[in-house]
Amino acid sequence: MTTHFIVHDKADTVGVMVVENVPAGENLTGWIMETDETITLKALDAVPLGHKIALNEIKAGDTVLKYGHDVGRAVAAIGKGNHVHVHNMKTKRW
Amino acid sequence: MGRYQFFGYRRENGRVGIRNHVVILPLDDLSNAAAEAVANNIKGTLALPHAYGRLQFGEDLELHFRTLIGTGSNPNVAACVVIGIEPGWTGRIVDGIAKTGKPVAGFAIEGNGDITTIANASRKAREFVQWASEKQRETCSIEELFVSTKCGESDTTSGLGSCPTVGNLIDKLDPLKATTCFGETSELTGAEVVCASRAATKEVGERFMQVFRAYQEVIERHKTSDLSESQPTKGNIIGGLTTIEEKAFGNLQKIGKKTKYIDVLKPAEAPAKGPGLYYMDTSSAAAECVTLQAAAGFVVHLFPTGQGNVIGNPIEPVIKLTANPKTARTMSEHIDLDVSGILRREMTLDQAGDQLIEIMLRTCNGRLTCAEALGHREFVMTKLYQSA
Repeated sequence: MTTHFIVHDKADTVGVMVVENVPAGENLTGWIMETDETITLKALDAVPLGHKIALNEIKAGDTVLKYGHDVGRAVAAIGKGNHVHVHNMKTKRW
Repeated sequence: MGRYQFFGYRRENGRVGIRNHVVILPLDDLSNAAAEAVANNIKGTLALPHAYGRLQFGEDLELHFRTLIGTGSNPNVAACVVIGIEPGWTGRIVDGIAKTGKPVAGFAIEGNGDITTIANASRKAREFVQWASEKQRETCSIEELFVSTKCGESDTTSGLGSCPTVGNLIDKLDPLKATTCFGETSELTGAEVVCASRAATKEVGERFMQVFRAYQEVIERHKTSDLSESQPTKGNIIGGLTTIEEKAFGNLQKIGKKTKYIDVLKPAEAPAKGPGLYYMDTSSAAAECVTLQAAAGFVVHLFPTGQGNVIGNPIEPVIKLTANPKTARTMSEHIDLDVSGILRREMTLDQAGDQLIEIMLRTCNGRLTCAEALGHREFVMTKLYQSA
């Protein structure tokens, strides 16, 4: 069974796509490394290899968690299964 | 030969190298032409041209000397010819390198001109290269190995696969008393508190935080934006990294899960507290960082990449690994170790770490890295501020 995305930590709100050319609408299988759990998710966008996908709804202003840590904030509302990148997420530094 | 032994060159001061270069080292930008002419005359020598060395002062000048003396002193260098515009500072470099006991000679251009200087330096280089060519490798232990790491053109696969593979190696080699080094001060932004907690003592952690805060002040003073497209880089963003915080946590995977760093080094400062992991204050620009680590005496470098940074170093072999399947496929001539199997769950981190140890020891034994075979010799001095 293909693993489409990987999640570092159980607390994370985003996962990382690890396969290429997955179209929007696809049902995805994900692996949480920390707990060795398998989860499923429907992609709302075509998320490229290495890019992040939201694991649940993230409101504008919410902290985005990856590696179990704060890695920035959402600057737009993000739905579960949406692509998360520079168009809807920013650094809290600098 | 044991599993964690390798064949290296034991130098006069007891340190072990894995390459046997005879370096033609210019003191300053003005001496590059003569240094390159000598390297062209005498086969098997290596010129290291660079852009600086004039009218520097204070801490920046000290770093210039430390970098050049450290480069000539690196155990991967068998012997060194130094060429400078005038004899004073040329002699300072020669005297610094001579403390290792290796053959070194200096030549100054003023009062002689390029042509006479090139002739005299070429005669000495010929002598050094023939002497060095008779040096033999001998069995060395992992305790004698100095390993540095820095990642580049990272993407999210770096944090998932290639950086944790380096971390796995560090966690395995640390109990075996290898000397290791990481750096990249700006690229710890967002993960600095976690990084401070990985210091062996509270005092070392506090010194890390002082260095970190000083670097942030430099960025705050000069920045014109939130640094997006510089840190993270354009390439990082194409690869899916969105913020510096996200990049920093991926970067920090390189020091493993349990190894603690025992000291904080200035740029190009040689480790002096025995075996263990060291943090060095460096830029996160690949060639600057590796040049500083090589000048501190590290002899082999581990370089995880996501999107495919192609960097090499003239004296310290750079081993590249990637977990990005696309990069492994489209840039295979640059990749020494493909760990993309981690992302397909075909390879465990433990297996990837063992494979990296194996390719590292083969490199130590003499196998050319991709970057060496392709002729990547990026030698880039770090400059702290304007010249006078």
